[in-house]
Amino acid sequence: MEGGLVNDMRTIQRTDQMEDMKISAKDVNVYYADNHAIKDVNVEIEDKTVTAFIGPSGCGKSTFLRCLNRMNDTIDICRVEGDILLDNEDIYDARIDPVQLRAKVGMVFQKPNPFPKSIYDNVAYGPRIHGLANTKAELDEIVETSLRRGAIWDEVKDRLDAPGTGLSGGQQQRLCIARAVATAPEVLLMDEPCSALDPIATAQVEELIDELRQNFSVVIVTHSMQQAARVSQNTAFFHLGELVEYGETGQIFTTPQDSRTESYITGRIG
Amino acid sequence: MPIFWLVTLILVIAALGYVLARSRALASAGGNRSALHSLPSYYGMNSGLKIIVPGFGLMILWLLAQPLYVDSVVSGMIPDAEIKEGSSRGLLLAELRRTAEGIDLAISKNIMDEEFARNESTEFADMTARLKDAGAVVTSSITQPIMRGAQELRVLSSTGRWLMTMAVILVSLAGLFWSLRETNAEFRARNVVEQGVLALLIGAASIAILTTIGIILSLIFNTVEFFKLYPAMDFFFGVEWAPSFSGRGGASELGVLPLLWGTLYISIVALAVAVPIGLFAAIYLSEYASNRVRSIAKPLLEILAGIPTIVYGLFALLTVGPMLVSVFGDGGALGLNWQGGGRAVMTAGLVMGIMLIPFVSSLSDDIINAVPQAMRDGSYGLGATQSETIKQVVLPAALPGIVGAVLLAASRAIGETMIVVLGAGAAARLSLNPFEAMTTVTAKIVSQLTGDSDFASPEALVAFALGMTLFVLTLSLNVFALYIVRKYQEQYD
Ligand SMILES: Nc1ncnc2c1ncn2[C@@H]1O[C@H](COP(=O)(O)OP(=O)(O)OP(=O)(O)O)[C@@H](O)[C@H]1O
Ligand SMILES: [Mg+2]
Repeated sequence: MEGGLVNDMRTIQRTDQMEDMKISAKDVNVYYADNHAIKDVNVEIEDKTVTAFIGPSGCGKSTFLRCLNRMNDTIDICRVEGDILLDNEDIYDARIDPVQLRAKVGMVFQKPNPFPKSIYDNVAYGPRIHGLANTKAELDEIVETSLRRGAIWDEVKDRLDAPGTGLSGGQQQRLCIARAVATAPEVLLMDEPCSALDPIATAQVEELIDELRQNFSVVIVTHSMQQAARVSQNTAFFHLGELVEYGETGQIFTTPQDSRTESYITGRIG
Repeated sequence: MPIFWLVTLILVIAALGYVLARSRALASAGGNRSALHSLPSYYGMNSGLKIIVPGFGLMILWLLAQPLYVDSVVSGMIPDAEIKEGSSRGLLLAELRRTAEGIDLAISKNIMDEEFARNESTEFADMTARLKDAGAVVTSSITQPIMRGAQELRVLSSTGRWLMTMAVILVSLAGLFWSLRETNAEFRARNVVEQGVLALLIGAASIAILTTIGIILSLIFNTVEFFKLYPAMDFFFGVEWAPSFSGRGGASELGVLPLLWGTLYISIVALAVAVPIGLFAAIYLSEYASNRVRSIAKPLLEILAGIPTIVYGLFALLTVGPMLVSVFGDGGALGLNWQGGGRAVMTAGLVMGIMLIPFVSSLSDDIINAVPQAMRDGSYGLGATQSETIKQVVLPAALPGIVGAVLLAASRAIGETMIVVLGAGAAARLSLNPFEAMTTVTAKIVSQLTGDSDFASPEALVAFALGMTLFVLTLSLNVFALYIVRKYQEQYD
């Protein structure tokens, strides 16, 4: 795999910025009523890197991801304990406005959820709310670049007024990616963004992720080992609500420390 | 045999059929249930169906057809010469029927015997005298042919009834034998019963539809009747509503426009109250309220829907009207002198609006709750606040449903009567002042038909034309509401 060399280079790059932690989670526990979904998870997510969360279905990847922008607040029965720091500020602190936090930490959901509005309005939604564009022309510009980055511009450029809900599942997912990118978040959380996409669109989204890494951090949940290996620099393996192993992607995939990680990667559990 | 006993008899035959068919089926399989095509009870039900359906079917058809036949025969017996000026065959026929009832009464009181009642050579004077003795209503229009008709009517009805009883019993028994004959282990009783159930359901649906059609037809016929007596142009475009009742003399002015205007005006005021309040209440309840608040507030709000409209009417009359007068009336708080009396468009509109609040709110609440959570998550995930999410995502997604709810509320407002009668008064008026008394189509229908009304006069028949107008109005609103709801329903899937 050509990844070996690339990952080496990235390691060097990263040691320079060792102090540069974007998000750090300490002793995070999440409960859904009595269901203990996340158990004592500690993770440091670096700035300007891609972090992949892998693990079998139901192990709590989405749950943990939603903790990072307080989307769990919308679930009545969900309780989050522990500290999660974004830029050394506790995001669960009373002074933090979850609305502002979510503008900084954007999210692409596991299931595509376009608004029942036009494609244009879907993408323009975030920029309009946050006042990112002063003129219509600027807004048009943002919408176009976002749709291009979401790898869907060519398919929808002639029907920006058509409803976003009329697109195919994969197109909807890319629209949601474009919508999240348009808000210019500092951290982008992506929950299985490629699960409904064909290989071409997947490649384009991966390209986007790589591009986003120049300025933002990206956290991606994926069920594809290849994808995790291709796009991420760090990988976290979750199992039954626990963070089993977290480290540099190359190392996780080549010399995992934990036997559960090894079994999962080689396809024996999951 | 009275109908009641006939019905009982059919049911008994059906029960017998059930038991017999069931045991016959079991016997044909040698007592081995699994050798039967269907469960034993299906054979029983098959038999029951084949007795009840033809039996009752024939009975109902016969009961419907017999009077028609008898009437046509008897009315042929009334010579044209009998029909005097100002009378009609229909009136004489009614007279004839009354005479027949009188004869029945006289017989039950032993004032005449069956022999006398049937005797063709009975004198009508003698008959009249005896009927009077029996205390039956007798008018001067009983003549020889009428009496003969009445006699004939009695004979025909009783033979008809006897024939019907025989025919129904025969058909039921035939059903019994037929179903028993076909009962054997291979017979697919289950499938037959399945079709029977289907037919039953279709029957129920068609009764609902047929009665609706019947009601509409009667509306249409009476409306046509009205337009024969009163020009349609004057009805639809007349701006004056001044019915004069027969006896008082003078021609009536029956223009619908003042009534329609009153209806629309009051409904608009009502919707202006109900829609914002109901909608905001729904948004609060479905998006902001905690579970505890919701579990208390929602039932409370729905109690409003359970209050009878007459109570709202009293509330309008006794509370809201005087209150409005004290603000907008002569010497009121604002010194405006806009409102003369308690009854006004505003009074009825406000109270009707209160009545509609739970209607709008509970429908909108359901619709808002049906917007998928994923849609809200998507918006929150982009850093939108709760009210931004509601305004820009939830409400647009729920809008078609909400529009549908509002249109349904509008058609209820248009059809409302009691609040109008008590709250808005009875004066038909074309005016823009919402503090003046006005009235609506429904209130006028009531007042045109209360008391003694002669159903041949335009003043009474106009009620049907009004009803038809109202029906068309609410129907088109409902159809439009359904269309909107359907068209945009599946946007989020
Ligand atoms: N809204 C919720 N209410 C209650 N329990 C939940 C909810 N969401 C998730 N859970 C529970 O939390 C646990 C973790 O779920 P989560 O969705 O985080 O898994 P996941 O790792 O994302 O799985 P997948 O790969 O299938 O998406 C599961 O046991 C699930 O039942
Ligand atoms: Mg998930």
